[in-house]
Amino acid sequence: MAAGATYFPIATTTLGSNSATIEFTSISGSYTDIVLILSAKASGGNMDAWIQFNGDTGTNYSMTTLRANGSTVTSDFYTSLNYGYGDLSGYINTSNFNVEIIQFMNYSNTTTYKTFLSRASTAGNGLDAIVNLWRSTAAITSIKLSGSQTYASGTTATLYGIEYA
Amino acid sequence: MPNTYQVISSVTVGSGGAANIEFTSIPQTYTDLVLKISGRFTVDSASAFLRYNGTTTNGSSRWIEGSGSSASSSTDGSNQYGPVHGIVNSTKTASTFGNAEIYIPNYTSSNNKSSSSDGVTENNGTSTTMALGANLWSNTAAITSIQIVPAAGGNFVQYSTAVLYGIKNS
Repeated sequence: MAAGATYFPIATTTLGSNSATIEFTSISGSYTDIVLILSAKASGGNMDAWIQFNGDTGTNYSMTTLRANGSTVTSDFYTSLNYGYGDLSGYINTSNFNVEIIQFMNYSNTTTYKTFLSRASTAGNGLDAIVNLWRSTAAITSIKLSGSQTYASGTTATLYGIEYA
Repeated sequence: MPNTYQVISSVTVGSGGAANIEFTSIPQTYTDLVLKISGRFTVDSASAFLRYNGTTTNGSSRWIEGSGSSASSSTDGSNQYGPVHGIVNSTKTASTFGNAEIYIPNYTSSNNKSSSSDGVTENNGTSTTMALGANLWSNTAAITSIQIVPAAGGNFVQYSTAVLYGIKNS
């Protein structure tokens, strides 16, 4: 395989029953970037996908958003959050599975804070482009998804690794 | 480790243009599909429709669009299954093409099919288009074909390209 072969499946989850969390642990540091593809439906009510790394529940997350709901465009920022966001206007509902593409660049370096990009699409609600920051220099070794409701059965989440060489 | 981002098929429009670009007999062996388009139309419209399995019903979408001077958000219930914005239209600088990417997860599932679309054009001038879209095809059939159709009629011009990739989660 030529250098740059990419999109290695690291781990995948298909929920067989409703679950409050989806978690990837023991993430190898051998890739350059990682990409999370989430196709989610909610159980119990609408929800956002909350994202935490390495068990960090502190106020070490922040984000800037560009979002729309079919009539209004909004951009705003939030500081000192307890988690990053996969979606806002493109929130997860109980009707149809949405699409969230979340990219974690240079996730295993131990020098810089970690920026990650979320692109969420839910045709019935809206869509987002979100820039998140986790203020930690630790390598990302685990990713936990949670929310204010539970992820419905059938929700899929796959983590891919991308190499530049 | 496998490389799971694989080319399923690609199309390059020949001389004379094409009224649509179509992928048929899509293998059902992947988890997700990614469609990448580099295109230009012969008409004054930057939007295309995606049609799955030859149908023109049960589509809806919302999107955000920036023109270089303002941003807006709209919905569409044209039943053509979701516009993809960002294909360069005929009024723009010659030889410029727009780029669009559509991500379709779980395309073989028995659920309604959601997708995410991003499209951009640049014109070295005014009135460009960049758009992010959320699309839904309310149909539980597995996707076996995808047709990309200029939303306002006309053709794709020569050298427009579309590539369909398959992604496996294992």
